[in-house]
Amino acid sequence: MNGLAFRQAGFDVNDIVIQAKNLDLTFETNDGPIHALKGVDLEINKGDFVSFIGPSGCGKTTFLRVIAALEHPTGGEITVNGMSPDEARQNRAYGYVFQAAGLYPWRTIGGNIKLPLEIMGYSKAEQKAKVEKVLDLVDLAGFDKKFPWQLSGGMQQRASIARALAFDADILLMDEPFGALDEIVRDHLNEQLLKLWARTEKTIGFVTHSIPEAVYLSTKIVVMSPRPGQIYDVIESTLPKERPLDIRDTQEFLDIAHRVREGLRAGHAYD
Amino acid sequence: MMTSLVPILTVITAIMVLWYAAAIGMNAKWARDQAKRAKVELTTSELIVDTWSQDRPVLPVPHQVASELWKTTGAMALKGRAFSKRSLIFHGWITLSATLLGFVFGTGAGILLAVGIVHNKAMDMSVMPWAIASQTIPILAIAPMIIVVLNSVGIQGLVPKAFISAYLSFFPVVVGMVKGLRSPDGMQLDLLKTYSASGGETFWKLRLPSSMPYLFTALKVGMAASLVGAIVGELPTGAIRGLGARMLTGSYYGQTIQIWSALFAAAILAASLVGIISMIERRMLKRMGVKP
Repeated sequence: MNGLAFRQAGFDVNDIVIQAKNLDLTFETNDGPIHALKGVDLEINKGDFVSFIGPSGCGKTTFLRVIAALEHPTGGEITVNGMSPDEARQNRAYGYVFQAAGLYPWRTIGGNIKLPLEIMGYSKAEQKAKVEKVLDLVDLAGFDKKFPWQLSGGMQQRASIARALAFDADILLMDEPFGALDEIVRDHLNEQLLKLWARTEKTIGFVTHSIPEAVYLSTKIVVMSPRPGQIYDVIESTLPKERPLDIRDTQEFLDIAHRVREGLRAGHAYD
Repeated sequence: MMTSLVPILTVITAIMVLWYAAAIGMNAKWARDQAKRAKVELTTSELIVDTWSQDRPVLPVPHQVASELWKTTGAMALKGRAFSKRSLIFHGWITLSATLLGFVFGTGAGILLAVGIVHNKAMDMSVMPWAIASQTIPILAIAPMIIVVLNSVGIQGLVPKAFISAYLSFFPVVVGMVKGLRSPDGMQLDLLKTYSASGGETFWKLRLPSSMPYLFTALKVGMAASLVGAIVGELPTGAIRGLGARMLTGSYYGQTIQIWSALFAAAILAASLVGIISMIERRMLKRMGVKP
């Protein structure tokens, strides 16, 4: 039975992209075990924009890294596209955007975007076409011959997003990608990211410290609390998919932001 | 340009003044003894002129060294005898060839060892202590043994000297390359993991390019060490060719000017070799898009 048949039969299992059940992760350190994740249950559907918010040590980055098979859980189950995270990675299920752009200084912007394509064995012609396509997606058309130091911080981070998009993964995992940028650039990039999400229909997992950023971007906000890292609240956003920047002044936006803040406070995030 | 010229000229002038002054003090005894024997009285100015123009002074002055350098290089080359046995170009070439051969061996071995150390836990634990131990032994102690041992298996001439050069030059390359190959941070390594990149791909696409600045720094140190190795290799063998041999014969016969000109030839050679590496480094890093 393929996906379409499932849907016609009234199932929606195929819409679940990431599913975590009772996920545990304990790091063994010299100071004793650290419970980075405890009893995490979460489902992420296709096309969702999910933000993970919480203070340092709440496990939001760890959870993203578990999805990406960069960390391995010590208990519970997780599937990505119905597979284990390791298999999903082999199948190029996701692109990962890190806190810093991390572009190779010795490669041009185009060369940096080609990096995953070279490793995955795309032909030269395909590489060229894909570089052009993703540079256009992040509004950097014509910058492929520039070196990273010739670009501003915001442009570098856009190039790193292009690199994550280059090989057509359906899932985009972003770990505080705009954390190091100033607020004006950040607003601009958030707006662009929403447009990109609408155009590409990717599923996005987004780690952030910022309540307005989480509320503005997400269809689903996961509020996490530390020690042990666990999910405190999952908020389904009622905001429309079309979101101009000034939606942040509406009552609906403020209500959601308020609930996130309440969640963070109740989860002892302000300790 | 002017701002850097002034301090450089100041330092050079200071060295020259000190040098000429020291030569007066150190060579005066010989000048006075000679005058006494000839039963003449030297005026101060005569004494000074004499200390700066002796044939075998304790400390030759810069213009004597410079004129000896010119006599044994440029002047001979003009006469078409650049490779005569009295020419420093000839002796310099003998030392240079051993230096370069040893440098190539040493650098190659250093890079291979570094790659092994970075990729293999057992090598990491076992090789590094030996590499460090090898450099704590004075090269003057080990050089004669290397020459004797290699000689007993019939290897003579260039190779034993190159071996000593390699012995000295592999170490900075190992240390620099290990540091360089390990310079990518966790995030950059994680990025390649998300592409399921193999160890080889990680090496060629990330580790090796990241290590380039470290490699060039190590190459410069290694090149200088290599030249020292070649000269030291010429000393204990009674070699008659090479800059080391010139220094040795100079000291046998009290030819201090010859020793100093050989010393300067070695220094000029080392500076040129390091300069060439710097030039390659600049070109290479420019091609790699490093911010000018």
